[in-house]
Amino acid sequence: MDATQAVAIRVTVNGERYERSVEPRLLLSDFLRQELGLSGTHVGCEHGVCGACTVLLDGQPVRACLVFAVQADGSSIGTVEGLERDDGLHPLQAAFKEAHGLQCGFCTPGILMTMVAFLDEVPDPTELEVREALSGNLCRCTGYQKIVEAVEAAAAGLGGKP
Amino acid sequence: MSSRYFGARIRRNEDEALLTGRATFVDDVQLPGTLHAAFVRSDLAHGLLRGVDAAAALERPGVMGVFTAADLGEYWQPGPLLVPPAPIEGLTFHARTQVPLAREKVRHVGEPIAVVVAESRYVAEDAVEDVIVDLEPLEAVADVRAALAEGAPVIHEDLGSNLAAHAVQTKGDYDAARATADLVLGRDFTYDRGVSAAMENRGVLAQWDERSAQLTVWDTTQAPIPIRNGLASMLGLSESQVRVVAPFIGGGFGPKIMMFYPDEVLLPWISMRLDRPVKWIEDRFENFFSTTQERGQLHEAEIALSSDGRILGVKDVFVHDTGAYDPYGLTLPINTQCTLLGPYDVPNYYSEFRVAFTNRPIVTPIRGAGRQQGVFIMERLLDLGARELGLDRAEIRRRNFLSPDAFPHDHEILFQDFAPLVYDSGDYEPALDKAIELIGYEPEGPVQSEPGGASPAEDGGEGTDGEDGEGSSRRKRLRGTGIVSYIEGTGIGPYEGARVRVEASGKVCLVTGVGTQGQGHFTSFAQIVADQLGVGVTDVRVVTGDTREFHWGTGTFASRGAVVAGNACHAAAVAVREKILRKASEILEVAEEDLMLTEGVVRVQGVPDLSIGLGELALRSNPLRGAVEPGTEPGLEATSYFGPRRGATASGVHAMVVSVDPETAMVEIERYVVVHDCGTVINPLIVEGQIHGGVAHGIGNAFYEELDCDSEGQLHNASFMDYLLPTATDVPPIRTAHIETPSPLNPLGIKGVGEAGAIPVAALFAQAVEDALKEWAPGLEVRDIPLSPNRLFALIEEARAGGGEEGA
Ligand code: FES
Ligand code: FES
Repeated sequence: MDATQAVAIRVTVNGERYERSVEPRLLLSDFLRQELGLSGTHVGCEHGVCGACTVLLDGQPVRACLVFAVQADGSSIGTVEGLERDDGLHPLQAAFKEAHGLQCGFCTPGILMTMVAFLDEVPDPTELEVREALSGNLCRCTGYQKIVEAVEAAAAGLGGKP
Repeated sequence: MSSRYFGARIRRNEDEALLTGRATFVDDVQLPGTLHAAFVRSDLAHGLLRGVDAAAALERPGVMGVFTAADLGEYWQPGPLLVPPAPIEGLTFHARTQVPLAREKVRHVGEPIAVVVAESRYVAEDAVEDVIVDLEPLEAVADVRAALAEGAPVIHEDLGSNLAAHAVQTKGDYDAARATADLVLGRDFTYDRGVSAAMENRGVLAQWDERSAQLTVWDTTQAPIPIRNGLASMLGLSESQVRVVAPFIGGGFGPKIMMFYPDEVLLPWISMRLDRPVKWIEDRFENFFSTTQERGQLHEAEIALSSDGRILGVKDVFVHDTGAYDPYGLTLPINTQCTLLGPYDVPNYYSEFRVAFTNRPIVTPIRGAGRQQGVFIMERLLDLGARELGLDRAEIRRRNFLSPDAFPHDHEILFQDFAPLVYDSGDYEPALDKAIELIGYEPEGPVQSEPGGASPAEDGGEGTDGEDGEGSSRRKRLRGTGIVSYIEGTGIGPYEGARVRVEASGKVCLVTGVGTQGQGHFTSFAQIVADQLGVGVTDVRVVTGDTREFHWGTGTFASRGAVVAGNACHAAAVAVREKILRKASEILEVAEEDLMLTEGVVRVQGVPDLSIGLGELALRSNPLRGAVEPGTEPGLEATSYFGPRRGATASGVHAMVVSVDPETAMVEIERYVVVHDCGTVINPLIVEGQIHGGVAHGIGNAFYEELDCDSEGQLHNASFMDYLLPTATDVPPIRTAHIETPSPLNPLGIKGVGEAGAIPVAALFAQAVEDALKEWAPGLEVRDIPLSPNRLFALIEEARAGGGEEGA
């Protein structure tokens, strides 16, 4: 297959359906950011370490910089833009604001997506479990402490307080 | 005026945009028709550039141009010297600043040689591979000591050697003090390089609009205004034709205020030539070469002590690695030189440094900016001196602290801002006491349990590793405590400005020239203004980092945003408050003294139904008919500037408890305490966050982050896979406490805090680890940072074999 020969794909992102034709080598992160204009998904390393590009692919957190857009054909994708609810911030987002779990905010979308999936699986985590789940996402600004506090608060159902 | 917001834990105004993915970072700006740039970079650390053949690249479909130094013509020129050398007597200094594209030779791996512009980033990167570069290798010198050795390959031939600078600063007479000392202790120390590793790489988007003759540049810079000024002058444009926008920035930490990076010079020029927007976004691999780095220094230091542990004098001779160029002048070594003195009374000081060019990426400040090294040297000398004299580590510090009545204290040497190094205020013992209390430090050694919960179970310094040991295997863990002090010169001039305007909606717009990289300025500045104008903190819209909005300013560096710009915001708000009251007094026909300003409304004391809202006042201050009185201005607006005479001195004490597995040399931080004095605090939540982040950065520098560079100047770990940043499991919970000695140098009493967390961590690590291992590996001394597990393992082996004495 010619790497520059466009391929048609269909994806559902945050509940909206898109059809595009893309080069097979186009990264999912670039596809979301450039083709769909969903620039909330950030790119910090493009080699799968920092976690800034984390999105949910059929419910599972994946690093969008390690997936080609064509591999996502037929999938449903969740990005940070889809977290907000009709009545405002997702409880995890609200908890981040409440606990000062972000500074520059560059790592934040990837961390939110990682933690949304984590809390689905482990609704009542210990601090150590939160830290371990978080250890695949790098943040240079916060020292992680207030992120951990935010996740714990969200888990305890306190983060969403209006 | 009631102070409702200043000092309160206010949630941040900027968070919603960031949490929902709406915040715009440079790479999020997408303009139709944008071209993408990629750089052809040198594979060699040192070489002669014989030629560049771009023919194949130019034939690739989608490539719009390939530019080399030769194509730039007159536009090719070395960057500016950002900080001229301080007026130190007898100083030698040679400025050799970076070039936009290498012309005759390359001086470090990754130095740009050509730039390819294409329809997509993918094609541009393909085309980079098509460019054939003819480089003739020269012998490289990557090590700072080797660089100054006789016969070393010379990086800037015209200088005849790699010496970039030489300076001596002294106070008193060290040699005379030494002669009277009971103990003279000398050691060699090294502090190695790391990268800043902001999560967002650098990037530039330049858009020239031929019709309006306007250039707009989005840049991940910490200093948009100086970038605008420089670009205008280089491109022959008026400053009014150039707009530089630093939108949301994904972390700065220093390197985003280097001027000019080649990309910052080249992209605007290319956009003007091709009449298309051009974007370049650095990738993480490039970041390890093309963004500046810091901290490489070698020290030979000596301390002269009396038998009761008083410092009689300190001598420090060091070499500072500036990399291939030295655009930042002497900022870093002077910071090291000054910060070494710490919170102590040092009557005699001899400090001499040499700066060397090496074939490595350029060195400019990173969070801490030379201060880490100074603190490391002084704290290590005190630790080793205390050990030698049989004194307690906290006690030796206490005995040497400047007393609270010693301020202002003149150290008789020059600081990086060229002003004499004078501490404005401080009180160091309470911070030490507080840290001792919080960490549970006891003289003569570490405690084994949380303070208060005295459990002697682990006496003897051995615990068990229940969490991550295989099965039920119990591993020996040795505990140690560390406690160190430091000061930080913050908030230096020259100045920043702010403009405050009440709009017809009754909301407030606050504009300042500084850029912001996550420090919470959208909130802390709003707090300052909201208190003055009696409005809600969310009613103040803060605009930063856009040169079209504010013309004057310098940038975000040296922990100065809150101090310098914060005080400018305050001054502007005070001026607007006066205008509000004057106008309201005219309209309501009531004396100003009888007016109150709350909840966006001017009210008359004791007359509940006589009032006027800020919005209406703003409208009436900007009439459509009639005349504005002579001597007054329309609108409720004021612009103010603030420039401190000199920097405010923040200080602190950090303490921690570590446990070390002596078999594997793995170190775990069990507890961490920061007691910090940053003057008055605008927002404790934000200050804590800054400190946490700084400590994490410091932990990385101390134990995890190491650039593996060989003698040829080749880096072997240019990825986050191999260059280890601390993760959530490496950084412990950090407990903070504040001591407040307001700075007399600014009306708000603020001292900076941005770098404080990072500064003393290596010194602390060294002390705590030595303490943990004092029986297992007697005589072990930590003299080199970063102290990786590998290096610590070797030190343990060496000490147990009885080899820990060398260097004594
Ligand atoms: S950008 Fe995908 S993991 Fe870093
Ligand atoms: S908040 Fe800046 S990298 Fe995490």
